[in-house]
Amino acid sequence: MAQKKFNWSKYSQLMLPLISILLIVVFNLIRDPSFFSVEIAKNNVGNTVLTGNLISILNGASELAVLAMGMTLVTAACGGQDISVGALAAIAGSMFVKVLRSGEITVGSIILAFLCCCAIAIVFGAFNGTLVSVFKIQPMIATLVLFTCGRSIAYWINGGATPTVESPLINAIGSFIPGVPIPTPIIIVAICGILFALLLKFTTLGLYTQTVGINQRAARLNGINTTLIKLLSFMILGVCCAVAGCIGVSRLGLINHETLLLEIEMDAILAVAIGGNALGGGKFKVSSSVLGAYAIQALTITLYAMKVPSTAVKAYKAIVIILIVVIGSPVVKAYFSRLWARLKKSGKGMEAV
Amino acid sequence: MQNDIVLSMRGIGKTFPGVKALSNVDFTLRKGEIHALMGENGAGKSTLIKVLTGVYTKDAGQIFIDGVEGEVSIRSPQDAQKAGISTVYQEITLCPNLTVAENMFIGRGNDVLVDWKGMEKKAGAILENLGIPARPKQQLGSCSLAVQQMVAIARAVDMDCKVLILDEPTSSLDDKEVEMLFGLMRDLRSRGVGIIFVTHFLEQVYEVSDRITVLRNGELVGEYEIENLPQVELVAKMMGKELEELGELNREEKPEEDTAAPIYEAHGLSSAACTNPFDFAIRKGEVNGFTGLLGSGRSESVRAIFAADRVTGGTVTMNGKTMKIQKPIQAMKQGIGYLPEDRKDDGIIADLSVRDNIILALQVMKGFFRPFSQAEAEAFADEYIKALEIKTASSETPIKSLSGGNQQKVILARWLLTHPKYLILDEPTRGIDVGTKTEIQRLVRKLAEEGMSVTFISSEIEEMLRTCSRLIVMRDRHIVGQLRGQELTQSNVMRTIAGGAD
Repeated sequence: MAQKKFNWSKYSQLMLPLISILLIVVFNLIRDPSFFSVEIAKNNVGNTVLTGNLISILNGASELAVLAMGMTLVTAACGGQDISVGALAAIAGSMFVKVLRSGEITVGSIILAFLCCCAIAIVFGAFNGTLVSVFKIQPMIATLVLFTCGRSIAYWINGGATPTVESPLINAIGSFIPGVPIPTPIIIVAICGILFALLLKFTTLGLYTQTVGINQRAARLNGINTTLIKLLSFMILGVCCAVAGCIGVSRLGLINHETLLLEIEMDAILAVAIGGNALGGGKFKVSSSVLGAYAIQALTITLYAMKVPSTAVKAYKAIVIILIVVIGSPVVKAYFSRLWARLKKSGKGMEAV
Repeated sequence: MQNDIVLSMRGIGKTFPGVKALSNVDFTLRKGEIHALMGENGAGKSTLIKVLTGVYTKDAGQIFIDGVEGEVSIRSPQDAQKAGISTVYQEITLCPNLTVAENMFIGRGNDVLVDWKGMEKKAGAILENLGIPARPKQQLGSCSLAVQQMVAIARAVDMDCKVLILDEPTSSLDDKEVEMLFGLMRDLRSRGVGIIFVTHFLEQVYEVSDRITVLRNGELVGEYEIENLPQVELVAKMMGKELEELGELNREEKPEEDTAAPIYEAHGLSSAACTNPFDFAIRKGEVNGFTGLLGSGRSESVRAIFAADRVTGGTVTMNGKTMKIQKPIQAMKQGIGYLPEDRKDDGIIADLSVRDNIILALQVMKGFFRPFSQAEAEAFADEYIKALEIKTASSETPIKSLSGGNQQKVILARWLLTHPKYLILDEPTRGIDVGTKTEIQRLVRKLAEEGMSVTFISSEIEEMLRTCSRLIVMRDRHIVGQLRGQELTQSNVMRTIAGGAD
């Protein structure tokens, strides 16, 4: 064969989230063939926009997708998960609102507010990271601190229950930029994805993170500052929290510190797991986690579309998740690879005949 | 069976895939004796112990124990315990957050209804009887390591053991604590317990043991009364050389240039693992070796040079300039490379590809913001896969699926790629087939001719003599001699390792 062989193993990690999405898609197509139809409509402000379930899945998963990117890195470097991302996003969102409310809302003040909320999120991320990397506390326990107190801190920043920010500019971030038919959060996710890709391409972060996650002692003996790499992963996750927080605030035009991105940490961890990343650290693929995030959102939207009562959604979600996780488990994987090898063998036998 | 023999193992054999760990080994333990089991790394000591304690099942041979009719079958640690064999491991396997009394009685059946008062009383009696300075109600974690070790022994003894195995019990104890432990061992001996003592400290063996059994390469070398085996002969037996033939092994002359200035020099260097400060220097193009038995401190010393453990003191000069080497990255920047002894835990990044494993050290030296392109990395990997003849399906293959020897070559490639001025190789040939071994030895000589300084460590003395032009000899964590030129003979090395005690 003259053709260069396609390297399947490089992409095998994407299989699990892709299969999950495929299952959900097929299920929906059977149930209602028009489920994925995308329509062009005019929204209440008068913009021409795209609507439909597909768009709401992509749009709704934005915060989760951004958080899943950062969570992947923390998981890979530290072999544990950050459960304070929701709380940290609330802090960042509160900071965003606080700065915006201090003056007139212009493009400049939005950028300033975003930078401020990145700064505070990085500081808190570094706090989590220090507990994990310097004091060697298990990530889940270390981040439990911020998980517990984060939403109270978010409350103190503004000192009010649900302060609002009203401006067409904020609306543009949360829903549509006039003239652009794609929801802005989807664009933000795309930008974050590109930034992550550039970060991994133009630095050695990927190699270092995997090395630290797989064998910390060897990483140190090869001159890698393991503490710094872990700390860095938490700081990057901090920035992801800031982005997610800003999207969340912009959608509603207000900050409710109690409900903003509530319980999203578990979905973010789940996205990493569905993405086939080793939860004990090591090899990772950010794109795979993002697909995982979309799979989760697709599932949620499907359940709502099926008119499942909102109180029962979680139970149904749990059932599907069990299915996905079992399919991705090493036992099932090993079974399928054995099956595959047998099929290949018999296939070869046929060829020989 | 003679009535003073408590344990007799006959013709024990054990094979692992590809390795014959034990073949036809006999071992006899008598009532009231302390019997040292000696052998270098890979001699089969721990395999023999594990067969005896039921961790491994033997492939061949028989085990007899006093008081049991016929052959004993030991298939699990529980079987061993029932047969009266107790083991105290190097790492204390008790629970530090429980009390001494709880530790002595827990997990011995009947844990549902516990008579706490009675337990404490009984524990107190045993501790007093054995002279162990601990109170039953005390938390085990608050006792010193030696006392914890003794509590573990007390637990074992109370379970009516006839055979007590002490596996490296002294390695984390200081001199005073060792004395305490020896006191307890002598006391138990006088009560008729047979003790198997596994250690690598020669002096301790001679202080406390009655008899020595030596293993080498999974085979029995012999059983000796302590009086009949001088220390130097023990070393020779462990290493597999008869004293008489030692003198004959001639080696080719290697030129020595004493005049050249050292490229690396350390004074009073010490680290968290290597607590005795030592001096060391190496010249350009020199191959030197650290030798000594396992645990003599040779690995710890070279690790201190690379700052692999926390450096606690000393000054380092390189090419006449004083350097601060506190972290591996600083050593690497000065052109020092270090191939670690523990390939699995310190060397390979198991899940990463051969390519990533090869470029790792050079990449780290190049910097965080300057990653190698795919093509560059591929070129480096292919170059060294070819040069060192690494057998791998491709450079994308995870290193964990390679054989041990090929993994070692990948780590070697990693450091050669950084073009070090001074390369430290700690046991580069361990667990590697003979062909690869000679390849690596030849490579070391070649690198030295090209001007690289190399420190080479190996458990095989011939290999050291063949490769090194100077040997630093260590015993019990101290440098006890330096051999060079004409002094480099097997018998000289053995004598220095064993010390003047013969």
